[in-house]
Amino acid sequence: MKRRLRELQPFDKEAEERAIELGHGLHPDDKYLKPGRIPHIWCPGCGLGVVLTCFIGALRQKQFGVDECAVVSGIGCTGRVAGYLDMDTYHTTHGRAIPFATGLALAKPDTHVAVFSGDGDLFAIGGNHLIHAARRNVNLKVICVNNFNFGMTGGQAGPTTPLDAKTSTTPLGNAEPGFNLPYLAHASGAIYVARWTTFHPRQLVHSIGESFDRTGFTFIEVIAPCPTGYGRPNKLGSGLEEMRYYRDMSEIRYGADPADAEIKLRGKILVGTFEAADRPDFMETYRTQVIARAQAGGKGKGRAA
Amino acid sequence: MKFWRLPLDSEVHSIPVGRVQIIENRCKGCGFCIEFCPNACLKESKRFNAKGYHPPELIFQAEDCVNCGLCSLICPEFAIFTELQEAKKITEDDIRKVTTRYSRKDKRFAKR
Repeated sequence: MKRRLRELQPFDKEAEERAIELGHGLHPDDKYLKPGRIPHIWCPGCGLGVVLTCFIGALRQKQFGVDECAVVSGIGCTGRVAGYLDMDTYHTTHGRAIPFATGLALAKPDTHVAVFSGDGDLFAIGGNHLIHAARRNVNLKVICVNNFNFGMTGGQAGPTTPLDAKTSTTPLGNAEPGFNLPYLAHASGAIYVARWTTFHPRQLVHSIGESFDRTGFTFIEVIAPCPTGYGRPNKLGSGLEEMRYYRDMSEIRYGADPADAEIKLRGKILVGTFEAADRPDFMETYRTQVIARAQAGGKGKGRAA
Repeated sequence: MKFWRLPLDSEVHSIPVGRVQIIENRCKGCGFCIEFCPNACLKESKRFNAKGYHPPELIFQAEDCVNCGLCSLICPEFAIFTELQEAKKITEDDIRKVTTRYSRKDKRFAKR
């Protein structure tokens, strides 16, 4: 397939000229970003920008052109990724990133469809879609940015908020344990399950690149600091202090059992690639079974009347 | 750890020298690049950018950058990147510098 990168055509021409005037030139990642959209609206210390940079790093590593990859995102802070990337991106309704991406992946099997969304979007309202897409093994690359709360709406407790964590809706501590996302994805049938934090950008680039090589439902959880919504009520400090916490408390263990990967408040974080299996994806089984049978039937061999 | 001579394969290898480029007005002052630069090349500057944050700046030994690119990867704001300036030949001076740096005589590394 012919690979090409779109030439940089900024619609904010003045901003580009100003940046060049300052003697910097533009950032090498800017050709993947919609010109004029940066600086983004994420808070200082937020980890979402790191995940976006790592995603762009993986695209560069795999030498994907902008027409070979599509990004679908849902609602929330992470959903804004679709607005910043300069490629085929779709900002869908709340929780429906995976159904939209499923249709896209089935209609265009050659495209790498990445779902870039947050924990509140993928696991709260979109939880059912995720487990069924994993069961069917649709060819999707899911990157779930987990910041343990609903950040955009004001830091409410979400499905991943750990037990006893304080949020704006649980001021006395959360009474519910949070989801163990790699375990859920593994149990639903994802073929590649990994977890990294924003402190591990190199491993994250490698992991996203590895997931592009595989055909099937891959799931990468990225733990990101949310100093405004989650860090402040839990006294975790600024984004930098949360990054220090990830440095001190994360343990890299490849091939670990995802059942052990539960996250507790101020507890240890198990990171690494938990599972890398191979299973025929939905498109392949559909081709080999349904379409092959239909074609055989079309030639008049035992077709039901 | 002390090298008593240059490594025998020193002619094959080289030290990359990077140049850090900072787009100051994009910086939101999170401090990730300053904290996690493996060679401790950056520090917080005293001046403000257009948004009122303190952007990073290079400290005095600016040739320490080895173009590893971690700052550009860990920056959430697309505000910093490195460019390869030259591939320097290894000299005895570099060996001495490396041995003193990682033996905690260098204040910047002892602090961590």
